[in-house]
Amino acid sequence: MSAPIATIERPTVAVWKFASCDGCQLSLLSAEDELLAIAGEIHIAYFLEATREVSDGPYDISIVEGSITTPHDAERIRHVRAISDTLITIGACATAGGIQALRNFAEVEEYRSLVYARPDQIAALADSTAIAEHVPVDLELRGCPIETSQLVEVISALLAGRAPVTPTHSVCVECKLAGRVCVAVADGVPCLGPVTQAGCGARCPAFSRGCYGCFGPMETPNTTSMADHLADQLGLSHDEVAHLFRTFNADAPAFRSEARRRERAATATTEG
Amino acid sequence: MSHTHDRAISVEALARVEGEGAMHVRVTDGVVERVELEIYEPPRFFEALLRGRSYLEPPDITARICGICPVAYQFSAARAIESLCGVEIPDGIAQLRRLLYCGEWIESHVLHIFLLHAPDFLGYQGAIEMASDHRELVETALRLRKAGNTLLEVVGGRAIHPINVRIGGFHRAPTRAELDALVDELSWCRDAAADAARLIAGFEFPHLEIEPTYVALRPEPGSGPSGATDYPIDAGRIVSTTGLDIPVEDWPEHFHEEQMSHSTALHGRMRDGGVYLVGPAARFNLNADRLPPASAELAAEVGLVAPVTNPFRSILVRAVELHYAVDEALRLIAAYEPPEVPAVPVTPVAGVGHGATEAPRGILYHRYELSDDGTITAATIVPPTSQNQPAIEADLAAFVQDHLHLDDDDLQWRCEQAIRNYDPCISCSTHFLDLTVERR
Repeated sequence: MSAPIATIERPTVAVWKFASCDGCQLSLLSAEDELLAIAGEIHIAYFLEATREVSDGPYDISIVEGSITTPHDAERIRHVRAISDTLITIGACATAGGIQALRNFAEVEEYRSLVYARPDQIAALADSTAIAEHVPVDLELRGCPIETSQLVEVISALLAGRAPVTPTHSVCVECKLAGRVCVAVADGVPCLGPVTQAGCGARCPAFSRGCYGCFGPMETPNTTSMADHLADQLGLSHDEVAHLFRTFNADAPAFRSEARRRERAATATTEG
Repeated sequence: MSHTHDRAISVEALARVEGEGAMHVRVTDGVVERVELEIYEPPRFFEALLRGRSYLEPPDITARICGICPVAYQFSAARAIESLCGVEIPDGIAQLRRLLYCGEWIESHVLHIFLLHAPDFLGYQGAIEMASDHRELVETALRLRKAGNTLLEVVGGRAIHPINVRIGGFHRAPTRAELDALVDELSWCRDAAADAARLIAGFEFPHLEIEPTYVALRPEPGSGPSGATDYPIDAGRIVSTTGLDIPVEDWPEHFHEEQMSHSTALHGRMRDGGVYLVGPAARFNLNADRLPPASAELAAEVGLVAPVTNPFRSILVRAVELHYAVDEALRLIAAYEPPEVPAVPVTPVAGVGHGATEAPRGILYHRYELSDDGTITAATIVPPTSQNQPAIEADLAAFVQDHLHLDDDDLQWRCEQAIRNYDPCISCSTHFLDLTVERR
């Protein structure tokens, strides 16, 4: 890293998109109360969804959305890394491969031919992978989508030269802090809160719904104990448990391995 | 370069569209020979990855196709599955769904009108540059957008990828007090939307007249959640300006998708090979009589008369629809009574289900095949931009032909503006834009 971001007057920011839904970069435009203030402190040098104005790199900060799914994008992310001082990845696609990483557990050839009449014309890698599997990443923001407040926090922290506050504890902590009744204990609702990273403010329990893992695994999650509870106490089938872990963060290591374990158990049950 | 005979224009990365695409135009001897929209957004294979999942999952999974219009995906999916399973959604839940959908129309239309498209008309590279001279306009846009997002948060639990939608209804219905708290700000929004429409009516609209087939939903008399007078959002029969009038389940008999080598988005066509357009102009042209008096009067005041045939005026239609969406949200909130239960049970039925709703960009069609235990065995999703792509290419060819006197930079910008008339959502359709114009 060259000069600290905080010492640069109006650091240049580039926003990049790989395989994704645009929702996370849209979170920047959704910071309605802060957007014009932020725009005054940085120079938005490359943000195609917002402006035609394109300044050549290198850039002080690159914000990257999306996962790597094509040979072309695997090259492009190396270029982005080379011309970026600080690289931040945002969202489940960029940090864990996203929902499109479900292909990692299937045959991409089959996927291609299911959707396209002439699959040979579609370039796609076998796996959808996180940005960090291709290049070094300075900071990751979780979520499907990310929370706008966390993005504002990260940009503010970089501008102020301090570490951003993005907790790695579980959603349960947020639920307790908000004083909510536990939907898992009180209503027997399947809830991934105990193994999912905080950040959303425990949105689902506030709507009488169990957490479904948008922010991926927390630091040191006990996914096996979680899965046992879902199967033994709530009566979910092995397949149902595997599907709970296999959504937007399916390829995050802790969720990936737990889903595999349940998948194998399901096969054993069928064969036994 | 400003010669009119042989030229090639390429825009290698289109700005201010949702997703990634490019555009290529080739002109030979002063005649536009070829226009291609190249969508290089990487494919994500949603229709394949839905196979083997539960019938309860499409609202959560398909929402992730688009960060701008996730609610459209949630409700097209829900309608397809609920209709297959023979479930009638009670009126109270249906009204609440329509209210959530209004939030998405507000959020999406404001994003496109002010932040993505207005800079073209006012001569700025983007909204942030525009803010230096028109700060009040951008602040109004951000306040309007926040109101739409707040409505999505209160009813849907989250603005992007709402968490409260489920097959059969919602996880939790909002309280009266939660909705009442939105009324003052939405009332301000209704006036702001009307003022915006008046401002936009004063924009200079480049000349372009097209005569495509327009296709939109049109709620059946008495069948929509709010009765016969509904403007299409969450339900309706599929109608066209060429006389088509079919139930949603007949979609596959009349429409299909083709793969083009230059695009990862499939191209929608009518079975007879015809190109067609969906979106605000289509909705307005087929349903102008369904606008309630306040929005109808605004449309008349700003000079909108169906049929709208200049695609550059679609921004004005969007502004009137924005006013309508705010007005409709206020009406739904005023009439709101929390439903007895937030959701009704839906038991899976083997077979094929079809669902279509009006995403902000136009009709979004979903089709699912379920096995008797509710496992999805096949899925088809046809987003609006796929359907519009052939018509956009045809429009561009006509537009470039009439504007060959412009130099490449101006022509490129005008072409981009023309593409943005359709608010193309490339993330959705992959399965958008660099401009290259080749003049030879």
